Amino acid sequence: MNGSGSSFAKPDVVVGPPLWLLAELTYRCPLQCPYCSNPLDFARSHEELSTAEWIEVFRQAREMGAAQLGFSGGEPLVREDLVELIAAARELGYYTNLITSGIGLTEAKIAAFAEAGLDHIQISFQAADEDVNNLLAGSKKAFAQKLAMARAVKAHGYPMVLNFVTHRHNIDNIERIIQLCLELEADFVELATCQFYGWAELNRAGLLPSKEQLVRAERITNEWREKLAAENHPCKLIFVTPDYYEERPKGCMNGWGNLFLDITPDGTALPCHSARQLPVQFPSVREHSIEHIWKHSFGFNKYRGYDWMPEPCRSCDEKEQDFGGCRCQAFMLTGDAANADPVCSKSAHHGKILSAREQAEQGAPLEQLQYRNEKASKLILKA
Amino acid sequence: MTHEDVLPRVPVLRRGYRFQFEPAQDCHVLLYPEGMIKLNDSASEILKRFDGARTVGGIVADLQANFPGAEGIEEDILAFLEVAVERFWIELR
Repeated sequence: MNGSGSSFAKPDVVVGPPLWLLAELTYRCPLQCPYCSNPLDFARSHEELSTAEWIEVFRQAREMGAAQLGFSGGEPLVREDLVELIAAARELGYYTNLITSGIGLTEAKIAAFAEAGLDHIQISFQAADEDVNNLLAGSKKAFAQKLAMARAVKAHGYPMVLNFVTHRHNIDNIERIIQLCLELEADFVELATCQFYGWAELNRAGLLPSKEQLVRAERITNEWREKLAAENHPCKLIFVTPDYYEERPKGCMNGWGNLFLDITPDGTALPCHSARQLPVQFPSVREHSIEHIWKHSFGFNKYRGYDWMPEPCRSCDEKEQDFGGCRCQAFMLTGDAANADPVCSKSAHHGKILSAREQAEQGAPLEQLQYRNEKASKLILKA
Repeated sequence: MTHEDVLPRVPVLRRGYRFQFEPAQDCHVLLYPEGMIKLNDSASEILKRFDGARTVGGIVADLQANFPGAEGIEEDILAFLEVAVERFWIELR
């Protein structure tokens, strides 16, 4: 890794530290969730960074100011050097988060990770119902394993986040989902309606809940929040709505290259985990230092500031709040990543969002979802 | 809670919460699952004194001794602790 190369830094843009480092250790995963945020052509990527390369990434990013480190994937438990990576990260002063499906987790590993200094474990669930969970995860044993591991995580004294990706096939069970999380003593519960990137975009028609489903789920969540507050219960419910039902786009990633740094299994550095699909050249940690990548690379400076914006964003008085929304969504739905995110009602392409909402009133059955696996990924690569 | 209730209790960080100095931000922060709170100097001075043994009263006395010119220091400390308890950052034992 060296720091050489030309600088694309914009003189009028002040860049803060990359506070959040996401280490996507591997794209390997035993599950096949049809809403996975991994790129569709993940099968292309088999050259994972070595243990030493990852630790060097952690060291450099920490020096730049990164404080939160997420171990993600794919399924990070597949990496046999995970204990070593956790220990190195903790030693550097990171707050270390393991983001896992729980598949492949054991009591022995939970204890070893604690010994290595792991701060927190997040387990993702597909549904509160065993059958739907297993169907969506493409695994018959997934649900029972997740329950057992969630209990073990708490028993070992970790704080725990439970993450439920919600969509039209499980969102109606939100009350059961919340109850299950409370039974498992989650400290935080993320009820995240799936965002339409990667495999979820491919399956959007089969996943996007209807407006009615969403309104009901949010109402029930708010009722539970009130109930928890009245009991002075520490569990926090975080409800993430799909932006397809908004009239203004989200301030995606708090701005491009602003505080989030994602490193993919092969060492490509991205400003967000779905940016790889953009027709933008992104740097690799195998060729450049983290400092060069963050401050000077073409990819990280591409959508910093406001000079790249066309109308309607350029003259919009909300551009400093939402940065024109999400570059990936703009690219997927309009073909040009610099366009306004079509979620915005000022976008000329907003009709695409409106028709997706109409489509969500009809929906598609579970059987039509394209599950995220190596075979499907290779087929997509060929096409 | 009245002052009399709070002063003898021992404040501790909630499990999974970590307090540390961040050179890049030149301030202390509170880290927790997937989140971070930047702390101002007064909050940092209070949290620095959490050792699992010292009471709220002990922390107040120590800060009064260290910052003799500061007015209403006890009120400020108790107000911060109240917010921190409400947000589940800390517990009073």
